[in-house]
Amino acid sequence: MAGSAPASAWLQRAWTPVILIALLLAAVLLASAGPGSLQRTVIDALIKLIVVAGLYLFIGNTGVISFGHTAFMAIGAYMSAWLTMTPALKRIRFSDLPDVVATAQLPVLVAAPISATAAALVALVIGFPLMRLSGISASIGTFAMLAVVIAVYGNWSGLTGGKSSLIGVPVETDLWVALVWASVAIIIAWAFQRSKAGLLLRGSREDLVAARASGVDVHRLRLVAFVISAFVVGLGGHAQAHFLGILTVNAFFLDITFVTIGMLVIGGMNSLTGAVVGVIVVSALLDVLRRAESGVSLGVFDIPSLPGLSQVVLAIAMLLILVLRPAGLMGDREVGFPRRR
Amino acid sequence: MNNVLQAVVDAASVGGIYALMALGIGLIFGIVRLVNFAHGEFVMVGGYAVLLLAGAPTVAVIAATLIVVVVLALGVERIAFRPLRGAAMPTLLVGSFAVSYFIQHVVMMSYGGNTVGVDFMPKLSESIEFGGVSVPALQLVAIVVTVLLLAGLAYFLKATLFGIEMRAAAEDLRMARLLGVPTNLIIALAFAISGLLAAVVAVVYVAQIGVLTPRMGVQPALIGFVATVVGGMGSLLGAVVGGFLIGTITVVLQIILPLELRDFRDAFLFGSLFLILLVRPQGLIVVRAARERV
Repeated sequence: MAGSAPASAWLQRAWTPVILIALLLAAVLLASAGPGSLQRTVIDALIKLIVVAGLYLFIGNTGVISFGHTAFMAIGAYMSAWLTMTPALKRIRFSDLPDVVATAQLPVLVAAPISATAAALVALVIGFPLMRLSGISASIGTFAMLAVVIAVYGNWSGLTGGKSSLIGVPVETDLWVALVWASVAIIIAWAFQRSKAGLLLRGSREDLVAARASGVDVHRLRLVAFVISAFVVGLGGHAQAHFLGILTVNAFFLDITFVTIGMLVIGGMNSLTGAVVGVIVVSALLDVLRRAESGVSLGVFDIPSLPGLSQVVLAIAMLLILVLRPAGLMGDREVGFPRRR
Repeated sequence: MNNVLQAVVDAASVGGIYALMALGIGLIFGIVRLVNFAHGEFVMVGGYAVLLLAGAPTVAVIAATLIVVVVLALGVERIAFRPLRGAAMPTLLVGSFAVSYFIQHVVMMSYGGNTVGVDFMPKLSESIEFGGVSVPALQLVAIVVTVLLLAGLAYFLKATLFGIEMRAAAEDLRMARLLGVPTNLIIALAFAISGLLAAVVAVVYVAQIGVLTPRMGVQPALIGFVATVVGGMGSLLGAVVGGFLIGTITVVLQIILPLELRDFRDAFLFGSLFLILLVRPQGLIVVRAARERV
């Protein structure tokens, strides 16, 4: 890494996160002047962005699809709820919570890194056997992992309130908080992608056999990516928990998995810019569809309400992108300024 | 002794259904390297077909369900999977996930997301006594159907021209095509068989649980996927072995787990499967075609 050439190339690439965060800042500034429903849509999109950036960190670098990352979202969200709710509420809702946690109440900001770390630790334990599997088996394994986490959280009433929704999580995630965490997610994802581990993984993504033959420890590097991505997604869960103040276990199951993967695929799963573009495009699309779902009156015609329409359209959009433009909207490209010669 | 026999019958009937799921998934994976997430939705649509036809003679309901699901499988192959053929693994995975989600929500738009009850072949839930063991007739039916289907499929793959061509396509799709195997036809045939297996699972499953939701295919499909992974991706024998293994572990866990832990049975099930994969990351039966060629 000696000499100035690599350093200047590194700086050149640093424009990507700067531009992406500037884009989000612009969106937040616009939304902060808009109506409450728009603000909520933007906050929701920013939280999804945290999750998609984490998902991208794993999928984009390793080339292994994960259907299970929203499990880390659930882990981060519930951990954050356990740490920040008032002890009185906790005593009623969570009979199985250890005393240390049940009697304490941490500030939301302190709970954030702890919650994300909890998700990362779970990823470390589960990822150790999982990352040894071939790519496709690992994908199925992540799906099984999600099903297990949902089953455990959904049945352990003494810890999570079980199937009923959990109310009383402090509401703290506003536009600016969501922007800060989304920026953190973008910076982590970008830094990993530019790191040695990220570059080696991208090599193994393109040609696994050649990477192994060159002495790349793919198992270990995939595990590293899995753990860091779980940290980022756990952060997204934390932000989600403090956005609505309500948690339900099933909210972390198939729908959110599908939406976040759809965002990544539509934007382009090999580029960070693609991840961000995917979140923006799909969030906008879903917002329009949700309005249409509740029934629209177009002068003479009344379109009746169609629950499920937005999911059907999203699935079709995903299939079209996969057939017509398999690398997504952005392909391998990142935003940046043209290099000076 | 009777308890042991009872457990064996349970394991055989549950494992048989899981094996049929795994086989339907493994058949497609073997040939086009596609993990078909929509396989669970084939089962789900089969369930709704039973609901739609409820009241008709049982034979007619079963026949119509088989036709509906086979046509659905062929349609999905033609419309969604054929354009994706030969695409990279992640594209195929996400594509089939999208198809699965699409079918779920089309059914949700038509029938709503709530649980619907359906009373199909109620006589089969009565028990039959034999050898001091009382077994629900449905379990025996499930075992007999599984055995017949497995034997039929084995005969088809080993002794008929289409079956041999199908195995050739699974071994090396491009080579098979070069040697004159009509791959489009063979792949469509594989989807038809896969749909047939899903329809049989649907009929037995609906008679067993008696309720329908648009999400009902997810759990059996997941079990089927995991069975193919544990058995060894790309091996049909492995898929069957994996299915029976998971069925056995499920029944054993149901017996040995204390009541308060029974809600977490699936967590223990998948946990034990992870342990198996820790020892054998490639699955129980490793086929040559599954290894990456250089």
